[in-house]
Amino acid sequence: MKRIALIGMPNTGKSTLFNRLTGAHAKVGNWPGLTVELLSARILVGSDMVQLVDLPGIYDLRARSGDEAVVTTFLAKNEVDLALVVLNASQAERQITLLGQIARRDLRVILVLNMADEAAALGISIDREALSSDLGVPACLISAKYGQGVEQLHALMTTALRSKDAAAAPAAGNEAGPGARLDELSLEAAIKRSVIIPAHASHAATEKIDRVLLHPWLGLPIFFTLMFLLFQAVFFVGKPIQDVMAWALAAFRSAVLNPAFAGLPAVVSGLLLDGIYNGLGTVASFVPLIILFFLCMAVVEDTGYLSRAAFLMDALMSRFGLDGRSFVMILMGFGCNVPALMGTRVMRSRGLRLLTMLVIPLSLCSARLQVFLFFIAALFPADIAPVVLFSLYLISIATAVLTSQLFKRRFVNDDPFVLEIPPYRFPTTQQMLLRGWQEVGHFLRRATRFIVAGVVLVWLLTNFPAGAAPGSVDTWAGQIGSLLNPVLSPLGIDPKLTIALIFGFVAKEVVIGALAVIYAREGGALMTTIASQIDWVQAYSFMLFTLIYTPCLSTIATIRNEARSRAFTALAVAWPLALAWVVSFVFYQSARLYWA
Amino acid sequence: MKKAQPDTLDALRPGETGTILALHASVELYRRLAALGLRVGKRVRILRRGRFAGPLHIRVGTTDLMLRTSDACCIQVQRSHT
Repeated sequence: MKRIALIGMPNTGKSTLFNRLTGAHAKVGNWPGLTVELLSARILVGSDMVQLVDLPGIYDLRARSGDEAVVTTFLAKNEVDLALVVLNASQAERQITLLGQIARRDLRVILVLNMADEAAALGISIDREALSSDLGVPACLISAKYGQGVEQLHALMTTALRSKDAAAAPAAGNEAGPGARLDELSLEAAIKRSVIIPAHASHAATEKIDRVLLHPWLGLPIFFTLMFLLFQAVFFVGKPIQDVMAWALAAFRSAVLNPAFAGLPAVVSGLLLDGIYNGLGTVASFVPLIILFFLCMAVVEDTGYLSRAAFLMDALMSRFGLDGRSFVMILMGFGCNVPALMGTRVMRSRGLRLLTMLVIPLSLCSARLQVFLFFIAALFPADIAPVVLFSLYLISIATAVLTSQLFKRRFVNDDPFVLEIPPYRFPTTQQMLLRGWQEVGHFLRRATRFIVAGVVLVWLLTNFPAGAAPGSVDTWAGQIGSLLNPVLSPLGIDPKLTIALIFGFVAKEVVIGALAVIYAREGGALMTTIASQIDWVQAYSFMLFTLIYTPCLSTIATIRNEARSRAFTALAVAWPLALAWVVSFVFYQSARLYWA
Repeated sequence: MKKAQPDTLDALRPGETGTILALHASVELYRRLAALGLRVGKRVRILRRGRFAGPLHIRVGTTDLMLRTSDACCIQVQRSHT
């Protein structure tokens, strides 16, 4: 099968174009020579099925680090029949150099001038045909966001792939070959001839919004207020949906499943209902809330506000040895730590990268959020629930600050800080739905991988050896819990919660499912049972430990892959574990002095 | 137009414009700056400066950028007087 690669600088809308060309059928896969996963999809070009690959955004093909290395390795190890070089049409003048670098590699290329809608709004006029004949490279002007020009791109791809079949060698299309005309000066001259930019082209709306959002004194307060409101809104909309889900799942069990499974042996129905159904059901009821959170973060990311956040926070972050990008990654980590860790590839200084990777796992991710929502609902009155949750977010940030402060001299940042500030863009409804759908898929793939195996294992551990009362200290789980009791009882964490913590090491998504199995209850009944066995001080101590210790195995695996160092990975596991113990210990013991 | 002395980019105040004369950077950084549009001969305008010695918000061509003052001081500019 032929292969087409999307190459371009960051913020040129490559992923939007990828989604536009493929629909929602992309799959994540591994590639030879690369430790990172890239999105690819099969699409029909003319009458042929071809594979389209989305490569990370890069500035310069000659650079050696991070995302640039991914692209050069990909091009070296995988045959590419056609490269779509994606440019932001408004910024073609500076981005065109990438075309020259790619054409020099004997790759067949199509120049894709994207964001035609923005260019038109700026009053920029582009003579596509003149540019194409000047450069000797097929070119098209499109808007991946709204879909205009995509048909023309399809036609160009079809022609390019056919002419590749006709030519024996991958020689260039025209007389001297494009390479000859694609040196830096000719590229810039060609752009000057065919792209006319008005003297004062600027995004007027963006300038107005920035005057408020980047205000010297109001910028930061506005940012934190907006984030707080976002959390409140997610709660406000998501909580009722969650309650309905939990109620429906419980009703389904008592009305349908209990009678249907009544004839089966107790062990089988126990595993299926108390193990798998209760475990998965309790987790599933939290999914709407998590999805909503992901969707909101994705929209904030797409608008371009996060790069403003980087601008506002950079001065503060520099005191902790980090920079504005680190702050954005930590913020992304509130969704899921794994993509945030991978996002550090844009940093070229190894010190800054490692320090950021050490800090990211302390971000309160959505999987931990699920555990906290459950415990807060079980043990705190509804009116202070948002405050308790917000306090955990603050502690998450405080541990991040402490960690970077302690380790900044070991991991020194010498990376220059130069970033693009894109104009504000509002995603279309279609884009938001697609994005939401992708987040759902990502979450479910990750969650189901661990949860089913996790809850089955918990059920076995809490119901065997045969004869032991389920969930009692005689079971295997009870024995493990008792073994760790001397370490965790000073934190107010009892043997049952200890087992949940052990499974939480694999993935936080398993914790609530595990508790459902350990207590043999689900939803509301599980909350009531736990509330009768522990008090709020124990619950908060448990939440602190859950917040700070290792987020999940995927995070550790990602750190191992990205840092390529066993010693660093060991540090990234050991430090948060030690910190979790100390913080929970200090909280529990001092809280007990006041509320004995 | 008055005669002006060369300056580094971080010396410019918000609203001021300069033309890039030279970039004193490592090869890697030079390429990154060039890719973002910061090349010799280009005009740069300072839009704002971040609080607490924060980064500069600048515009070059149709691209808005932020960069730290510690990186901006490697860019030599000719201040424009209007």
